[in-house]
Amino acid sequence: LAIPCQDMPSQEPSVRIHNMAEVAVGYSGEQARVEASRCLQCKNAPCVKGCPVSIDIPRFIKAAEEGRFGDSLAVIRESSLLPSICGRVCPQESQCQEHCTVGKSLKDVNRAVSIGRIERFVADYERAKGTKNIPQVAPSTGKKVAIIGSGPAGITAAADIRKAGHDVTVFEAFHKPGGVLVYGIPEFRLPKSIVEEEIHTLEEMGVDIEPNFLVGRTRKLKDLIDKDGFDAVFIGSGAGLPKFMHIEGENLVGVLSANEYLTRSNLMKAYDPEHAATPTYKSRRVAVLGGGNVAMDAARTAIRLGAEKVYIVYRRTEVEMPARVEEVGHAKEEGVEFLLLRNPKRILGDEKGRVRALEVLSYELGEPDESGRRRPVPIEGSESILDVDTVIVSIGNDSNPLLKQTTEGLETNKWGNIIADEDGKTSMDRVYAGGDIVLGAATVILAMGQGRKAAAAINRMLAEDV
Amino acid sequence: MNKILEKRQLSEEVFRMKIEAPLIARERKPGQFVIIQKDTNYGERIPLTIADADPDEGSITIIFQTVGKTTHEMALSNVGDSFENVLGPLGQPTHIEKVGTVVCVGGGIGVAPLHPIAQAMKAAGNHVIIIMGARNRELIIMENEMKAIADELVVCTDDGSYGRKALVTEPLKEYCESSNPAMAVAIGPPIMMKFCAETTRPYGVKTIVSLNTIMVDGTGMCGGCRVTVGGETKFVCVDGPEFDGHLVDFDNMMLRLGAFKEREQEDHHQCHLDMEIAKKKRGALR
Ligand SMILES: Cc1cc2nc3c(=O)[nH]c(=O)nc-3n(C[C@H](O)[C@H](O)[C@H](O)COP(=O)(O)OP(=O)(O)OC[C@H]3O[C@@H](n4cnc5c(N)ncnc54)[C@H](O)[C@@H]3O)c2cc1C
Ligand SMILES: Cc1cc2nc3c(=O)[nH]c(=O)nc-3n(C[C@H](O)[C@H](O)[C@H](O)COP(=O)(O)OP(=O)(O)OC[C@H]3O[C@@H](n4cnc5c(N)ncnc54)[C@H](O)[C@@H]3O)c2cc1C
Ligand code: SF4
Ligand code: SF4
Ligand code: FES
Repeated sequence: LAIPCQDMPSQEPSVRIHNMAEVAVGYSGEQARVEASRCLQCKNAPCVKGCPVSIDIPRFIKAAEEGRFGDSLAVIRESSLLPSICGRVCPQESQCQEHCTVGKSLKDVNRAVSIGRIERFVADYERAKGTKNIPQVAPSTGKKVAIIGSGPAGITAAADIRKAGHDVTVFEAFHKPGGVLVYGIPEFRLPKSIVEEEIHTLEEMGVDIEPNFLVGRTRKLKDLIDKDGFDAVFIGSGAGLPKFMHIEGENLVGVLSANEYLTRSNLMKAYDPEHAATPTYKSRRVAVLGGGNVAMDAARTAIRLGAEKVYIVYRRTEVEMPARVEEVGHAKEEGVEFLLLRNPKRILGDEKGRVRALEVLSYELGEPDESGRRRPVPIEGSESILDVDTVIVSIGNDSNPLLKQTTEGLETNKWGNIIADEDGKTSMDRVYAGGDIVLGAATVILAMGQGRKAAAAINRMLAEDV
Repeated sequence: MNKILEKRQLSEEVFRMKIEAPLIARERKPGQFVIIQKDTNYGERIPLTIADADPDEGSITIIFQTVGKTTHEMALSNVGDSFENVLGPLGQPTHIEKVGTVVCVGGGIGVAPLHPIAQAMKAAGNHVIIIMGARNRELIIMENEMKAIADELVVCTDDGSYGRKALVTEPLKEYCESSNPAMAVAIGPPIMMKFCAETTRPYGVKTIVSLNTIMVDGTGMCGGCRVTVGGETKFVCVDGPEFDGHLVDFDNMMLRLGAFKEREQEDHHQCHLDMEIAKKKRGALR
């Protein structure tokens, strides 16, 4: 317990706000080993229960501590397909690290063993060495499986199903595979080259990736089964339908969903105007509405795209913010100003229909609600005006209704999420689903976990088929 | 890869291309569109209506006007070149039904997306009146194709250099008075659609318009294409592109179309230079 927690080497805030490169540079081998030595190798390993895919954490950390980085990665890979991604973007403080004995003893979750950072290190280390990790593929079964969507859920399902020897085709609406990992999460948090490598591994396993294919429009889901001969379908189409606040002025010029703002910058590379044809919205003063990872990404992107002032406007307090602690910290270091207990009331426009200001109402914390969180209540007459020219709405995503609308018999709940059982099986024969389309907007690791479960169920079903 | 199979210049600013897209050709219906991106890494994704399709050949036809960077670059592509990404068919198909008399109004490049709809309306047994307009004679496109469908055809130009000297709303108003149309379909620049809707409103003629908002994904993911219709926010790419023109907030839509103007103007200037250079080169070769 005496060994200090190893800080993550990072780019200086004053430097990084002028580039899109990754903020956290990553541990050195020495740091990784020191950090790993902080692990107590608990018998009951409470950390493992916090990891949605139950990585054998003490075992991989032990190997890392002993400098056996390859072995360490192999342990992680038994359970997780995307360690260099999860090591970066998992909300560790509310998953594995939340339960860590070291953090508990020091009474500070932020001083728990940095499981995610070690995970990231061993994955990066092996990648840098050029160690190829192409999973073994069983002999061909002649069966065909369609995967809809190439986010973490789809990628994982594709790999596991391909390993069993089935032919796998991944249909992706966008021109590049990766889902939120490529269009949503910015380069400065998750370098796109890492995602590209994961996709490349899939291709090397013989998975066929079809971009520019919107299931429901380019082909109906049912036709994939009835006419195109697919024996099973996995839906991992994500939660891509931006929510808006339904307040006055929301359709003014300069009000964008975080999805649009981030897609323009990340996927379409608008941050690089010299090369990219897609424009980004020119902003001087920006208000980002919301307190999740998406809001932090939008705010930090705005800073990098040259905004002079960026506000986060959030209805509750910092404690309730769903964003990862690290993201909130980074945003603050980069100069994002947090306006807490504040909620937008309306957006004001100028004579050209462009955003001129945001009217916000202040809140105070009242009685706890059903979730146990103290409910924010508006303070009468506390309206104030924020001088901004851009408003980025980042209050979450609902499920995209396209598949439901174009697929008879596919059942969804009242939020539009596809209903699936433990195995990911939907209301339709041979059709499984997982990830955000089932969970609502969730996390990379949960999407991955669901992709794995559904893949296992599909593999079982196909094995029983004659 | 979507290879360009044919290319024709219809007017100074308008090009028609047939491109390879077998899956889209198989599924598409009138009123739907595609998103095209010329180059995967840095290209912009732009929506264009599917003007025609040949499922046997596996091709679709697009007709576009060179208004900015991407459309200029596309115009500089030739038969044998490819567009790296084409996604579709997108949007809701036009609801085609026998209703009686249908007035189809096309302004400028809007005639292209109107063509398959007029064709389908005719095939469904409607009496089809077509009004097509353009700024001048040079910009009239597809007159023969429209003539082949129309029971009655009116061509007008703003400057009177061809056909009747009038805006399309003039004959539209006359038909509303004389022919008791069951429905109108208006496709063209937003301002034209707005005034067509205003023209038919007093006569209670249901008017369908096809909106051309700015898009990114075309799948309902970004909300960039949103418009206000009857006081509600709709996404043009999934709820549209066609809406009841009497309910659309055109003023807001037109403002939103200008959201990225500064950058577009810079690019556009460069495009014109490139086009000029290309023209000169062609001239020199001749
Ligand atoms: C900006 C942002 C930041 C985030 N930050 C974090 C973070 O730090 N940590 C974390 O754990 N989670 C984070 N998340 C959440 C996480 O990214 C998602 O939970 C996860 O990506 C869900 O994976 P998925 O596979 O279900 O779907 P997605 O990643 O959404 O992928 C779905 C894919 O399916 C495609 N698709 C949709 N419909 C169709 C169709 N009909 N036909 C073909 N293709 C289709 C889409 O184009 C998309 O590529 C963040 C999300 C966003 C938006
Ligand atoms: C459903 C739909 C169908 C369309 N069908 C046709 C068609 O058949 N033929 C045709 O010529 N045009 C069509 N358009 C319009 C066409 O998409 C734009 O002209 C094109 O995107 C301009 O791109 P640019 O880079 O050349 O011009 P830019 O310089 O980028 O912009 C010129 C103008 O085009 C509009 N625009 C810019 N970017 C986009 C974008 N990503 N999406 C939509 N509009 C944009 C803006 O209003 C802008 O002011 C359609 C639009 C929609 C939404
Ligand atoms: S996958 Fe995520 S939750 Fe699991 S151990 Fe790694 S960082 Fe922790
Ligand atoms: S709980 Fe913490 S200390 Fe214990 S095994 Fe897990 S990582 Fe190590
Ligand atoms: S274009 Fe993105 S939602 Fe319509």
